[in-house]
Amino acid sequence: MEQIHLTCIRCPRGCQLDVKIEGGGVLSVVGNACKRGETYAQAEATNPLRVATSSVPVTGSKLARMVSVKTAGDIPKAKVLEAVESLRGVTVEAPIAIGDVIVRDAAGTGVDFIATRRA
Amino acid sequence: MTNGYDILIIGGGPAGLAAAIAARDAGCASILVVERDCELGGILNQCIHNGFGLITFDEELTGPEYAARFEELARAGGIDFMLDTMVIDISADKVVTAVSRTSGMVRIRAKAIILAMGCRERPRGSLNIPGYRPAGIYSAGTAQRLVNIEGFMPGREVVILGSGDIGLIMARRMTLEGAHVACVAELMPYSGGLKRNIVQCLDDFGIPLLLSHTVVRIEGKKRVEAVIIAEVDGRGKPIPGTETAYPCDTLLLSVGLIPENELSLSAGIGLSPVTRGPVVNEVLETSVEGIFAAGNVLHVHDLVDYVSQEAAAAGRNAAAYARGVLAGSAGAVPLTAEDGIRYTVPQTIDPVRMPEELIVRFRVDNVYEDRSVSVYFDGKRMQHRKRSILAPGEMEQVKLKKGDLVASPDLKEIVFKLEEA
Amino acid sequence: MDAFDVVIIGAGVSGAACARELSKRKLRIGVLEREEDVCCGTSKANSAIVHAGFDAEPGTLMAELDVRGVELMGGLCADLDVDLDNIGSLVVCTAEEDLPKLEELLARGRKNGVEPLTIIYGDELRALEPNIADGARAALWAPSACIVNPFQLTWALAENARVNGVEFFFNTEVIGIAQDDGLWTISTTRGGFAARAVVNAAGVYADALHNMVSADTLEIIPRRGQYLVLDTAAGRHVSHTVFQLPTKYGKGVLVTPTTAGNLLVGPTAEDIADKEATDTTAAGLAEVLAKSVLSVKDIPFHETITSFSGLRAHRKEHDFLIGELPDAPGFVDCAAIESPGLTAAPAIGEMVAGIVDGILGPEMRGDFVPARRGIPAVEWACDEDWEALIAEDAAYGHVVCRCRKVTEAQIVAAIRSPLGARSLDGIKRRTEACMGRCQAGFCTSKIMDILDRELADLAYAEITKAGPGSELLVGRDKELGGGGLL
Repeated sequence: MEQIHLTCIRCPRGCQLDVKIEGGGVLSVVGNACKRGETYAQAEATNPLRVATSSVPVTGSKLARMVSVKTAGDIPKAKVLEAVESLRGVTVEAPIAIGDVIVRDAAGTGVDFIATRRA
Repeated sequence: MTNGYDILIIGGGPAGLAAAIAARDAGCASILVVERDCELGGILNQCIHNGFGLITFDEELTGPEYAARFEELARAGGIDFMLDTMVIDISADKVVTAVSRTSGMVRIRAKAIILAMGCRERPRGSLNIPGYRPAGIYSAGTAQRLVNIEGFMPGREVVILGSGDIGLIMARRMTLEGAHVACVAELMPYSGGLKRNIVQCLDDFGIPLLLSHTVVRIEGKKRVEAVIIAEVDGRGKPIPGTETAYPCDTLLLSVGLIPENELSLSAGIGLSPVTRGPVVNEVLETSVEGIFAAGNVLHVHDLVDYVSQEAAAAGRNAAAYARGVLAGSAGAVPLTAEDGIRYTVPQTIDPVRMPEELIVRFRVDNVYEDRSVSVYFDGKRMQHRKRSILAPGEMEQVKLKKGDLVASPDLKEIVFKLEEA
Repeated sequence: MDAFDVVIIGAGVSGAACARELSKRKLRIGVLEREEDVCCGTSKANSAIVHAGFDAEPGTLMAELDVRGVELMGGLCADLDVDLDNIGSLVVCTAEEDLPKLEELLARGRKNGVEPLTIIYGDELRALEPNIADGARAALWAPSACIVNPFQLTWALAENARVNGVEFFFNTEVIGIAQDDGLWTISTTRGGFAARAVVNAAGVYADALHNMVSADTLEIIPRRGQYLVLDTAAGRHVSHTVFQLPTKYGKGVLVTPTTAGNLLVGPTAEDIADKEATDTTAAGLAEVLAKSVLSVKDIPFHETITSFSGLRAHRKEHDFLIGELPDAPGFVDCAAIESPGLTAAPAIGEMVAGIVDGILGPEMRGDFVPARRGIPAVEWACDEDWEALIAEDAAYGHVVCRCRKVTEAQIVAAIRSPLGARSLDGIKRRTEACMGRCQAGFCTSKIMDILDRELADLAYAEITKAGPGSELLVGRDKELGGGGLL
């Protein structure tokens, strides 16, 4: 059995978690103030997940030069850099609404990059 | 003079929008928001990372999404907006003077004003960092704008001074966009930012956080060529012999935020030397009757959700004032911050006028483990709440009950302090 | 090779004053400047004082040109629309035993022809300047002293010279000078220039140029002065320029308002070897802090918004060196222009022009344009004046720099004017944008947009802080090819 220490990042509170792991599975989580902490610890100990954000150039918009984007959900932490790099060379055309898909299946994660602002 | 408004809100960022929505929802039908930028949302528009809105919406939004939700509510009717318009003066009798390219100079009278101008970043010059003044020194927020809004990189090899949240966020942004961040140096023995940002912005990318370190020199005459970082002693003084040169082309600064109150001064509003924001009472009213304040212009917040909550209260109170139903204050009990607590907002409370439950926000002056936040009414301990950890980077709050205050006749002072748990 | 009657090397305040004065003559004049703009050396980093003239040793060129400079400065600033405030100066004496030195200074000032000049004591001094240090005993009060905007002065002189036909060559560094058959040839990083007369106004590098043409060598010692600048919130902490009694290192530390409404505290006086060392040091800034409190109390140093250092072109003899070189006819030194060089600039221009007259004997022209209009600023304007400006140009309604209330119209004017700005610092010196409490935090990208729009030959990513090598950006997002060192 292995014990690891984590800082929960699911909310600004930053709970300090003590996690017991065995055979690739989480045995117990202590120190979390809410349910999110347990979910976070489960993932962080086995397959850490993050939301990736970036921005891409937009043409034809009076509102903005860049459209901010995010992965529509969590992706593996190890894929974050690759996902953002996959946006290199991507330019979108106005109009863009929040939630519009900018790039499908970011870095093979199955998760899309979607717009987080209008342009 | 333009036709007056019941409420004029200066600033269309998160505080201004939340105040406007709450004022309208409280029945005020005459509201104007004056915003200097070309769009609403304020600084949130360049905060493209996620992590906003967990308290307000129970989900993690990015800055622009959080702003858009409030903008949508605000645009739903009943609120006027003037964009691209800079307020240049507020008079004590609540006439606001503003300029814009399209309307020229306008003067607008209001029954109530809400200050929601936000804050600015402390610049390099205020730190007296010796060395040259080359290109490549940016406050973290300026770099954030260049990268996220303009789409350009201000540097390749980056050192960040100060571990405020914007600095941490920019360590990640610069890395993701192709730069290399050598380290984040922090003068204090603890981080100025949220713990989650240390994890997801620094640890995730192997960026070292050098606590008790500072930049003692900037090299490079035209463009930054290196910064010299040294360890500091317990009083923050660099320790000779600990200097290390970090070759880099960019120094980002995240060394503190300052509420932007030059306009408040023009109206004669009293400021707190600690928060550098207006001194306010239980209805978030400043020393000038009918002028309210909320958000980072009042005191620097850590989370936008709390800005929205605070501003909504200011909006409701201003609406009541404009309607003439906010009773005059019968007397104020001062709140005193002691023993580890730097300040409280509000700074005074009228027990009669306060709501049933009032949130008092404050910050501590150091990192404390296993302490209690205690509240004393004239020497009598009324609250004693244990906290496992308290840090200056995080805003704290306690709730005071109207009943407790009313039940304490002749209350002279309410003291907030940290005590052994 | 471009042939000129006169080539002036250096576009600081001395070079600009010479250029403007010479432009009254029928001459083809060129100004060579190694930096990207006027006012990039000593002229931009000094105390910005028009000294009354009591300080210089009677009989020196310094004393003569200081007093003459004061005579000319008022009219010149009126003609060129340069901010000049007659706030008066105080030289504060903090020790009883130093009172005789104050008397000496008074006598010296009288000898130099400075009027009025008087010593005031105790209560009278405190009434005049309430924040004077408690230890102050007396002060020499010179009501004629002024503060001037050194950026505006240099730029206005140069711009007016330009309007009168003088040609300016920036990013042009002189690398060699030779005389052949009565004609000077000047090699630069941007090709050769020929001239019948050369004016050496190269600041701390004047010795290098001088020594290229003369066996009688000159040494200019860079004397570094470090300063702190406080926000306008502290600008009224004193209402006069408050000097301390001079020491062997110069005028000591002063505390003064600036024409831009800031409070300026400094300078140190350090003789250094490196002519490029315009850096500040921890020791220097600490010295400014420590010394300033001797004359002024309660300075709100928490309002500090920046610090800077400038190099005065000092020489051992401690006097200006202005004249044609006996062993290099047609080569005119305008060298060792240290304090009170800014004050003396109008007189220096007059004197150098007189020397060039003796060499070339030019005719005066009848069409000299003596005046120009600066860029109207809104920061201190009354509402009516601001409204009138907006009525003229709607861009006066768009505030770009919120701290100093600088509008888009002012920034555009700074770019479009003769010798217009091409960099962030160029905009800053001309308009005061970026000079406020946020130190360009908010307006950098907005000013870059305007520069990008106005200057067709300058791409957004090429915009600099202060000329080539100081580019603000390194590329687009995601296009740096990964992290790594330069």
